[in-house]
Amino acid sequence: MGLPREAGRVAAVAWKDLTAERRTKANFNAVVFLAALILFLFGFALGPDAEALRAAAAGALWLTVLFSGVLAFNHSYQVELESGALEALLLYPGDHRSIFLGKLIANLVFVLLVEAIVLPLAAVLYHLPLLRPFPGLAGVLLLGTVGFVTLGTFYAAIASRVRAREVLLPLLLFPMLVPVLLAAVEATGALLAGDPMKESGGWIRLLLIFDVIFFVASFFAFEYVIEE
Amino acid sequence: MPGSFVPAVVSRRRYQILGIIALAALVGAELLGLSASPPDRDMGHLQKIMYVHVPAAWSAFLAFFVVFIGSVLYLWKREERYDLLAAAAAEVALVLTALTLALGSIWGRPTWGVWWTWDPRLTTTAILLVMTVGYLALRSFVDEPDRRARWSAAVGILASLNVLVVYKSVQWWRTLHQVQSSPSTVDPAYALGLRLNALAFLLVLVYFILLRYRAARLERLVEAQAEARELAQGEELHV
Amino acid sequence: MRESGDDSGVAAVETVELARRFGRRWALRGVSLRVDPGSAVALVGPNGSGKTTLLRLLTTALRPSRGSARVFGCDVLRSPAAVRAQVGMLAHAPGLYEDLTAGENLRFALRMWGMDAAPARITAALAAVNLEHEEQERVRGFSSGMRRRLALARLLLRPPRLLLLDEPYASFDAAGMRQVHRLVRDIAADGGAVLLATHDRERAAEVVDRFVELQAGRVLNGASATAPAAGLGSRSAGWGG
Repeated sequence: MGLPREAGRVAAVAWKDLTAERRTKANFNAVVFLAALILFLFGFALGPDAEALRAAAAGALWLTVLFSGVLAFNHSYQVELESGALEALLLYPGDHRSIFLGKLIANLVFVLLVEAIVLPLAAVLYHLPLLRPFPGLAGVLLLGTVGFVTLGTFYAAIASRVRAREVLLPLLLFPMLVPVLLAAVEATGALLAGDPMKESGGWIRLLLIFDVIFFVASFFAFEYVIEE
Repeated sequence: MPGSFVPAVVSRRRYQILGIIALAALVGAELLGLSASPPDRDMGHLQKIMYVHVPAAWSAFLAFFVVFIGSVLYLWKREERYDLLAAAAAEVALVLTALTLALGSIWGRPTWGVWWTWDPRLTTTAILLVMTVGYLALRSFVDEPDRRARWSAAVGILASLNVLVVYKSVQWWRTLHQVQSSPSTVDPAYALGLRLNALAFLLVLVYFILLRYRAARLERLVEAQAEARELAQGEELHV
Repeated sequence: MRESGDDSGVAAVETVELARRFGRRWALRGVSLRVDPGSAVALVGPNGSGKTTLLRLLTTALRPSRGSARVFGCDVLRSPAAVRAQVGMLAHAPGLYEDLTAGENLRFALRMWGMDAAPARITAALAAVNLEHEEQERVRGFSSGMRRRLALARLLLRPPRLLLLDEPYASFDAAGMRQVHRLVRDIAADGGAVLLATHDRERAAEVVDRFVELQAGRVLNGASATAPAAGLGSRSAGWGG
């Protein structure tokens, strides 16, 4: 029951999910390709004007992350449903919330890796300056992704075990992401524009608060959701 | 166990009385609001949409608060009636949020010149509508009652939390809307009408929730009787 | 309250009017059963008679709709974690990760139990089920028999106090079956207990002490049926040979 044991289980679940992902790669490649495609489509939709692209870049970037990342979450639980693995997983002793944390970490690594590829591509397509705002931008990406992945991991635990999971996950998840999306887009936009009004700090603080609120809520609600 | 919740369901007669009172209160309050208040300086008679729009919005959020309370009580006590209460309140919340948005648009178009504006209350109401749809969709996709109750309670609690967070964050994002309408900020000539309408909507809200709750309890009662019958039989009926 | 599970007089499994429904269908309609420590019991009955449901209720994977169940004194509803710590199951679905290798699957199990995941231990467990050459192979390419053997290897790493076997004869060969039987006897000899759901009375008779017959979610032959198994006298039949 001790904390080191639970930490061990968290690490084991994260290691297991990431090993399986690395083994197949097909899922990761498909998600990255889809993300690149969405970036392109936004480019077409927004027109070739460099100023317009730059102005809309923060929103397009985050929507790309949302639409492609959401595919990773259902997959994370489908692996468990494939051959009755979830039942075996729930039978291990200890706290079920360790499973949540392990999956959250694995999903976080997955989405951050997608972003690592998407971000330079977006910089090229939308004429963005990446190097100057980089430390702040990396922080915003990390915080925004933590909020996104926390809620995604939680809602996928429900949606993946329901008929019509493809529709239900975005329907449940996206309205919950409004605050995180809003703060992340505003902070990213401010940083990309050189932060003339010094407003990125406020949004980053807000993002941090949202992350904490949603993490605590999902962490404690997970036990009610995962049991059969 | 099946028998124990029959008395808890209020008798049909008392429902009908409450329904008649709620309807009468609504009609009375509307008539009073429409006739007793002078046309607004800027908006003219348009302003009177306030008598339905504002109470509808209040009741919608109140209904979702009942979803929150029902969800918390269910996870705490694990009694089915709290789950049914939350579900009944969500159905009413769906109707009221849709009404609020429609009325808001009708009001907004002549007043601000747009059907939609990204103001905190309007945006939060829209998000609330979507979350209520998600909540009810989830319920319809899960057949097993125990699982449905646990999952929707968790979703209901997170959604309630999100209502507050969305409201705060959109407020940060946009702060151009007029001050919230409440009896203390509107002209005294309109305050009475607003108060009475709020009361009437509250009665309608209680009536609707109780009605849906009663229907859900009766459904479960029939199901429980069928279950008990089936349990008593030796053979499988539904293989 | 006896929740400790260390009491010597306590039953390995004790269910009282245990029932479970799925939607409107009752899979189990009130089963009262007692299994003493040191014994192995076979659950027999046609498909859909509730065997698997009963086993899953005892793993805490399912919550009872009615009635109660205790495993070594621990209630499945009130102390599920304590129940899980004592139960091991060989389910119909092996519960393995397709994209991990055989060795990685076992390594994951050891880490989840908080046990030492030494490579030698994993290799030994795989060797015990004749999978030592497949340690680096992905489960996705395994036959169903190999998957079952791998699931058995996982069980051998940490023999549970209460072993639940769901149709163990379905895809084991003779050698695998002997291994399962040896595990059953070892657990019973150590004061544990085994519940074995099967169609195959003859094979089960080699290893169990009694049969409990389920039909349509009920026990047919009495709650504490003590009908001795035909093969009780020939206990050693499965050893080594």
